[in-house]
Amino acid sequence: MPPTNRELFLTYLQIGLTSFGGVNAWARHMLVEKRGWLTEQEYAETLGIGQVLPGPNALNTAIGVGVRFGGAMGAAACALGLFAGPMALLAGIAALYDAYGQLPLVRATLTGIAAAAAGMVLGTAIKMGVKLKPTLPLLAVGLAALALALLRAPLPFVVLGLAPFGLAAAWLALRR
Amino acid sequence: MTLLLQILLAFGTLSLLAIGGANAVLPEMHRLVVEVHGWMDDATFSQLFALAQAAPGPNILAASVMGWHIAGGAGMAMATIGMLLPAAILAFAMQGLTHRLRGNTWLKPAQFGLVPLAVGLIAGSGVIMAQAAGTNWLSFAIIAVSTVFVWRTKYSPLWVLAGGGALGLLLL
Repeated sequence: MPPTNRELFLTYLQIGLTSFGGVNAWARHMLVEKRGWLTEQEYAETLGIGQVLPGPNALNTAIGVGVRFGGAMGAAACALGLFAGPMALLAGIAALYDAYGQLPLVRATLTGIAAAAAGMVLGTAIKMGVKLKPTLPLLAVGLAALALALLRAPLPFVVLGLAPFGLAAAWLALRR
Repeated sequence: MTLLLQILLAFGTLSLLAIGGANAVLPEMHRLVVEVHGWMDDATFSQLFALAQAAPGPNILAASVMGWHIAGGAGMAMATIGMLLPAAILAFAMQGLTHRLRGNTWLKPAQFGLVPLAVGLIAGSGVIMAQAAGTNWLSFAIIAVSTVFVWRTKYSPLWVLAGGGALGLLLL
């Protein structure tokens, strides 16, 4: 029995509020294992399309799931559910930051969290890079993106300039 | 141009470029809000991003938190709409393709070829955040430990965020 738009909204509301540290793993758990609305293969395909399209992967995937069961209204239900909870929470956090962010103890705590977050992003990049086992051309594309990011090159030029090389490098790597 | 319109445009330009999630657009977000518009300083930028990482939900909500800091509730709405709406419209328009794309021969290179680009941009974000957050020996130590922890273990990254916050509170 396909889910109604109300069920889609409520399920994505739950996914959004519980998904610490990235949405995709939680969405898979909920949609495939708990609700059984999608098979493993169907979820992987929807996520795959979501990753190719520009924009936040979690949002693209939610729209894919919503369209599948409820058309345009289903897509809106999933997208709103995904963002409503965390947005409300973050509005509260941001208001607290504006009110207390300058207090010395708060500032010291946040400096520590920001340092840990920097390490978290670096660690994620290393983990992804190692898992990719890149061929030399793919590695060159990655390093060029890193260098351009550090040079503060505007992102549209970086993405449009490097994407053709990335596709060519991937095509070469997959052909072998 | 009013401030709210500027926020909408700044985050709107990021929307269709987020090929590896929030971490990949971070250098550009930093360039726009700190360097181009001067809406906040380096330290505030990294702290707001860190808060968004620590909270549940899509990491792209870092944009919403920054919007709030720049212009309150209306700023938050503008940043979020700018960041999400263009991508959402495109994703919706492309859904009809999903079935036709199954097993398509160029889908795999397309997916695979953008990954190193995203990883490079994410690494760039990490370096830019480390530059902003690394102010003394303790913060460098936290950066190093958290890098190795996230790289080498499967535990939730929330542990390093909590640990970093606790160390900062006690020692900074």
